[in-house]
Amino acid sequence: MISVQACLDGILLGILFALIAYGMALQWGVMNIINIAQGDLVILGGYIAYFMYLYGIHPAWGVIVSPIIMFFVGIAIYKLVINKVVDRDLFISILATFGISILFMQLMNFAFGADVVLANSDYGTTMLFNSNVVLPNSKIFSAFISILFAICLVIYMKKSKLGRAIRATAQNARAAKILGVDTEKVYAATFGINAALCGVAGALISITFTIHPYMGLPYTIRSFMIVIVAGLGNLPGVAMSGMGLGVFEEFADYILGTEFRIGSVFLLLVLILVYRRFKLSRKREYLK
Amino acid sequence: MSLSKNNLILYSGILIFGIAAPFLFPAFKVQLSILCVLIVLATTWNIQGGEMGYNSFGNILFYGLGMYLCASVQVGMFFPLAEWTESGGEKTFVHTPAQFFQGMAVGLIVAAVVPTIVAGLIGYSILGLRGHYFAICTLGLGVAAGEISGGIEIIGAGQGFTTPPFPDVGSLDSRGEFFYFLSFFVLVLTFIAVRGIYSTRFKLILNAIRDNEDKAEAMGIETMKYKIVGWMISAFFCGLAGGIMGGLVGYIDSTDVAFDGREMGVFMVLMAILGGKGTLWGPIIGATVFHIFKEGFWTFFLGWQYVALGVLIVVIVIYFPEGIMGWLREKYPERFGEVVDERDRKAQVELK
Repeated sequence: MISVQACLDGILLGILFALIAYGMALQWGVMNIINIAQGDLVILGGYIAYFMYLYGIHPAWGVIVSPIIMFFVGIAIYKLVINKVVDRDLFISILATFGISILFMQLMNFAFGADVVLANSDYGTTMLFNSNVVLPNSKIFSAFISILFAICLVIYMKKSKLGRAIRATAQNARAAKILGVDTEKVYAATFGINAALCGVAGALISITFTIHPYMGLPYTIRSFMIVIVAGLGNLPGVAMSGMGLGVFEEFADYILGTEFRIGSVFLLLVLILVYRRFKLSRKREYLK
Repeated sequence: MSLSKNNLILYSGILIFGIAAPFLFPAFKVQLSILCVLIVLATTWNIQGGEMGYNSFGNILFYGLGMYLCASVQVGMFFPLAEWTESGGEKTFVHTPAQFFQGMAVGLIVAAVVPTIVAGLIGYSILGLRGHYFAICTLGLGVAAGEISGGIEIIGAGQGFTTPPFPDVGSLDSRGEFFYFLSFFVLVLTFIAVRGIYSTRFKLILNAIRDNEDKAEAMGIETMKYKIVGWMISAFFCGLAGGIMGGLVGYIDSTDVAFDGREMGVFMVLMAILGGKGTLWGPIIGATVFHIFKEGFWTFFLGWQYVALGVLIVVIVIYFPEGIMGWLREKYPERFGEVVDERDRKAQVELK
């Protein structure tokens, strides 16, 4: 029964991870940037929902408010920093976003305090299998909302004009520019959409789990891991590997103990990269 | 490795200054020792980050490993380690001076050798990754090491590990002087080693790997071998620096002192970039400027240090990626032994 519990928990958690990873894949594919501050954007989105909860508004509304605010935060970050590193070496963008990550971490620490907080949604729980498996309704709600947002975004990317422009830029930025796409605007919109996705995920995390100013980096690493396992532009793969990671984490938590949970996530990243490196080196290739 | 007359004067001047420094500025002994450690870290990061083109966030792994190993050996040689960590800061066991120095010596040897072996063992797997995959993988390694060591009971787990306090040998100044000269000695050792490496074919191979690894391999260079050796050299000195820093700080915490990717792990990258990647003097200048800036202005920020650090990283990376040495090189190319065609320069000025 514990394994069923861990599996279900892991899948619901993994859908959330997949949402964050989707944003990561979007900006990686379009702008060729690896954003280390991804996790910190998630946590910031979570704090927006938490503050709504503090002022007496139901935190579920954060799912709508937080992406709107985060969209503008994302655009601001893009205008201030990212547009200067877009076409440079990838390491420069990693280091620059690492700087943003440290900045955000500390600003959130000042603004919101170093306590672990959560926004209580009062959704109650669902019992399954003769009450052997306990699922908080908030987790089911958050998985449902994540899937909804992901579907909306996929349709938006397929149908809308901006979505087409984003996809064109991802395929070939130069050609898109020649054909009249304002790539600067597309980049800003991409980063804004990514930040908005982080905002949704953060609001959901603040309802279902806990948030803390320093918990950003693990979310970045998780989404990076999901993207490299699934590959860029492979949406079903992102969803599947997100759920797989969620299940892995729940089992690692249960078997090794909570203190090794984050450590096992980081070790898994190293193992996945090394595994892929050896697999590719047989064909005399390397991860690109 | 021949020394010209100018260089000889420069090096002896620095050496004399280094030896005299703790007596000239007795109040800054600890700061000067930290400066030495920072220079060692920046210089060794530069071996792969600058010369080899493998930007690592993971050298903090060797630094933290060295720190824990040195302290554990120093305690474990004479007392039961588990009881020591359990008693925490309370001094149930006291090292005699002879025990302290013997422990420190053996500890530093272990702290240098074990990370080197670890680097050699994981090198084959990790160094097969390139570019940003390598950067993120090493970042993961550093954080994983911090999280895992924070769960191991015998080295203090979450509550930290107190390193043996400096024994009473008469004078109060001796602790600062001992650590200063120890770190200065390691700095000199690092400098000689790195300068030696940079004047051999080895450096050229590392540069070839940075510029185009596939071509280097096609030219018949066993790139993997050289990459691993380069990483092992870094690990050796990072471990030594970590061992000294553990004794200097006097207290080891898994994520805040030893595997502190947020602080030391970023500092070493930042210092090397600030001074100029891929130069001998760049990391040294960068570390000095950074440390002076940090110690001089940190107190004015009053808790906003990390905010300032974040802004500093972004500003340096965006506006100053070539560093101080790169800027000097742009300005005075003749001094770096580059021949500049006068007509070429004029043409470039006109183009601008």
